[in-house]
Amino acid sequence: MPPPPPVPLVAYLTLSAILFVLGVAGFLIRKNLITMFMSIELMLNAVNLSFVSFSYHLKQTDGHLFTFFVMVVAAAEAAVGLAIILTVFKNRATLMVDEVDSLKL
Amino acid sequence: MHSLHSSQSLWLIPVLPLLGFLINGLLGKRLGKGAVSLVAVGTVAASFAWVLKCISALMPLEHSHIETYGTWIASGALNIPVELAIDRLTAVMLLVVTGIGSLIHIYATGYMSHEEGYERFFAYLNLFMFFMLTLVLANNYLLLFVGWEGVGLCSYLLIGFYYLKLSATNAGNKAFIVNRIGDFGFSLAMFLIFVHFGSLSFPAVFEKAKALSPESGFGWLTAICLLLLVGATGKSAQVPLYVWLPDAMEGPTPVSALIHAATMVTAGVYMVARSAALFVNAPIAMEVVAYVGLITAVLAATIGITQFDIKKVFAYSTVSQLGYMFLALGCGAFSAGIFHVVTHAFFKALLFLGAGSVIHALEGEQDIRHMGGLRSKIPVTFLTLACAWVAIAGVPPFSGFHSKDEILLAAHHHHPWMYWVGVITAGMTAFYVSRCMFMTFFGEYRGHHHPHESPWVMTGPLAVLAVLSLAGGYTHIPQFLEPVFPLKGGEHDSTLVAISVAAGLAGIALAWFLYVLSPETPKSIASALGGLYRAVYNKYYVDEVYYGTIVHPLVDGSKSILWKGLDAGIVDGAVNGAGTLARMIGGITRRFQTGNIRSYAAWVVLGSLLVLAAMTAMGGSSL
Amino acid sequence: MDPILFAIFAGIAVVCGIVMVTQRHPIASALSLIGVMGSLAVLYLLLGAEFIAAAQVIVYAGAIMVLFLFVIMLLNAGAEPKPLRSSYLAGFLGVPMVLALMGLLGYLVKRSFPLDVTVRFGDFTGGSAKAVGDALFRKYLLPFEVTSVLVLIAILGAVVLARKEMD
Repeated sequence: MPPPPPVPLVAYLTLSAILFVLGVAGFLIRKNLITMFMSIELMLNAVNLSFVSFSYHLKQTDGHLFTFFVMVVAAAEAAVGLAIILTVFKNRATLMVDEVDSLKL
Repeated sequence: MHSLHSSQSLWLIPVLPLLGFLINGLLGKRLGKGAVSLVAVGTVAASFAWVLKCISALMPLEHSHIETYGTWIASGALNIPVELAIDRLTAVMLLVVTGIGSLIHIYATGYMSHEEGYERFFAYLNLFMFFMLTLVLANNYLLLFVGWEGVGLCSYLLIGFYYLKLSATNAGNKAFIVNRIGDFGFSLAMFLIFVHFGSLSFPAVFEKAKALSPESGFGWLTAICLLLLVGATGKSAQVPLYVWLPDAMEGPTPVSALIHAATMVTAGVYMVARSAALFVNAPIAMEVVAYVGLITAVLAATIGITQFDIKKVFAYSTVSQLGYMFLALGCGAFSAGIFHVVTHAFFKALLFLGAGSVIHALEGEQDIRHMGGLRSKIPVTFLTLACAWVAIAGVPPFSGFHSKDEILLAAHHHHPWMYWVGVITAGMTAFYVSRCMFMTFFGEYRGHHHPHESPWVMTGPLAVLAVLSLAGGYTHIPQFLEPVFPLKGGEHDSTLVAISVAAGLAGIALAWFLYVLSPETPKSIASALGGLYRAVYNKYYVDEVYYGTIVHPLVDGSKSILWKGLDAGIVDGAVNGAGTLARMIGGITRRFQTGNIRSYAAWVVLGSLLVLAAMTAMGGSSL
Repeated sequence: MDPILFAIFAGIAVVCGIVMVTQRHPIASALSLIGVMGSLAVLYLLLGAEFIAAAQVIVYAGAIMVLFLFVIMLLNAGAEPKPLRSSYLAGFLGVPMVLALMGLLGYLVKRSFPLDVTVRFGDFTGGSAKAVGDALFRKYLLPFEVTSVLVLIAILGAVVLARKEMD
């Protein structure tokens, strides 16, 4: 059996794009605040994959650092975001995003 | 222009009174009167002491000593440093401002002791000192302008100190608005200076101005000087902007003495003298300065003769004496002008403080028709006021004689007829001050109060000022100022001196005859002169003319055209129209704001799609 | 060897991603997201990013996702009900927009990178903990310190937000 051909960089980037679009789709489709929040995390992960791929391509460590900072920000964001979700739930007794729409008019 | 001397911390001079202002202004209500007076007098006296220390350390002060504390404005070619400078001219002004300022502060602690708003009064007074010292110490026109505006503000605040009195607040407004006209000229002058000299710093501007040759016609240098003069006429109460100063007497008497006699009103004289390098190359402007001064001196002196309010008499006297100073400046005798600033500060501050002591003694009475015979009742006030009297009347060898003499000699050197007008004015000056003195202190007491002598905190400064008024002529200020203003080689003509002294003595004698020997004669003279007397008594109707030609048309025009037409119609219409338009657009666009998070997200996705599409179409994004 | 690993874990990532998006129950979504993160960690390793791979497992799949699960359980979040009403834009344009986005991104990636740029395990060793730490504490020291402030503020924010209504 001949060895399979090496993986092109495009494959990683395409995977990153797929995951990102899945995140976008999740954000648009899902109605649960927590799931929407997780979709955001998925988008962040997709971007992280792009960073690491570029870092590999350019043979530089900087991309890893960006990924690292994204993780830190994601952690901070998760803490605050989940606290907000908790507050929303306490006030409205729902997690359905369509019912949280008093930000109009 | 580097000084050999090390830093003298000149900034302390203005900042000390500022400190007093902050303390009294912020905490005054809680401090109590004793502490307030201590802070107010202490900071000004400390400032005076610091001035003495700086000057003695810097003597002989042949060149100006400059201290830079950083940059205030740096924008393109405009570079305004925070820079204080001291030369002999500044030194003289500093000594006058802080010295007389200290005396008047001490006096005011007695004079104001029964007044409401004691701490407010001293806070304003200290703030005034801060701005006045900034004005004098500034080394560029803009910083001078800061002090200039600041003293104007304090003048406004202090004229309107009794803010429950309508006439006081109106007088404050009048002073402020009339001064705005002058400041307008000053600002334009600064713009022109910057355009033509590329700097506002005194050394730089004067260096370049000295290289110019005198303008033969009406050029930009003349324009600058005339605009500076407009500023000076506002601040120093010259024709045609003098109308605010007599009204300014609504303020407490120490304010009249400090601001409206001794210091602030001489700021215009100082500014013109400081700009001497510009003026000497603009002969037309110089001529205008001399005429303005002469007309003011005569006009104000004639009005002074007819007034009955003791402070009003001295106010017109101040205007008249300031006219003398401008006459001196216009004749090129800058040092004589400054000399008169100094002696005038001594005797006019004394006149006002003495008048304040009289008013204090009579519990607020200001009309000299209701005084008389006070000589024996308040002897200290009388004696000290008499010193100011002989000084302003030009009796040798007292201070007014020396400085007025210098001015009249310079006027004779310039145009002999100016000398004669000046002499007549000197006679009138002697006459109205004597009239005031005789009506106040001689004859029978015509009032119904019980006069009492003022406390020592008031009479003490009077005594000091009396000594200065008598001996102030021997300060040799023109000689001291020689490094700044070269002495004019005018011959000392003893005939001219004798004539002017004679005029002064004649004025006193005439007053003695009219108001002591036959007190009924003035009334018959007044009725004989009829219309002329009424015109002079009513200050030539200048206020009425100004009201008729400027104020009323402005007010009516503002009401009918600017307010009803422009403001209500166009401006309000535009504003309301903008509001309506915004509501209309908002009515449409608010449909985007559904409040639904996913709808927002969809918009974001749509937007990023469009951006990506544009990137793809433009062929970008290749690594 | 790595093409096979890539195929396996890329497949897992995509499948888990689809499951995450389509599942109605948040617990299922969260678990599949952990799956995506775990397989991404393996892909990071293949790209030579050892440190990031470890951080991915510990911070993301570990700490952050546990936080999510904790909140889901705390709120006792159940499955979503059937959609009642929704954004018109998201409802009608959602699927076409997502497809268009995918197409555009794919086209751009393909246009920017030729197929002969390939990835081989071991070609790049700049992702070790040593290299990353070196960059972090030299070149990126200031951003790193600033991040600490950010995290502190986030903690404070979370405490303030969650505190009052808990009574």
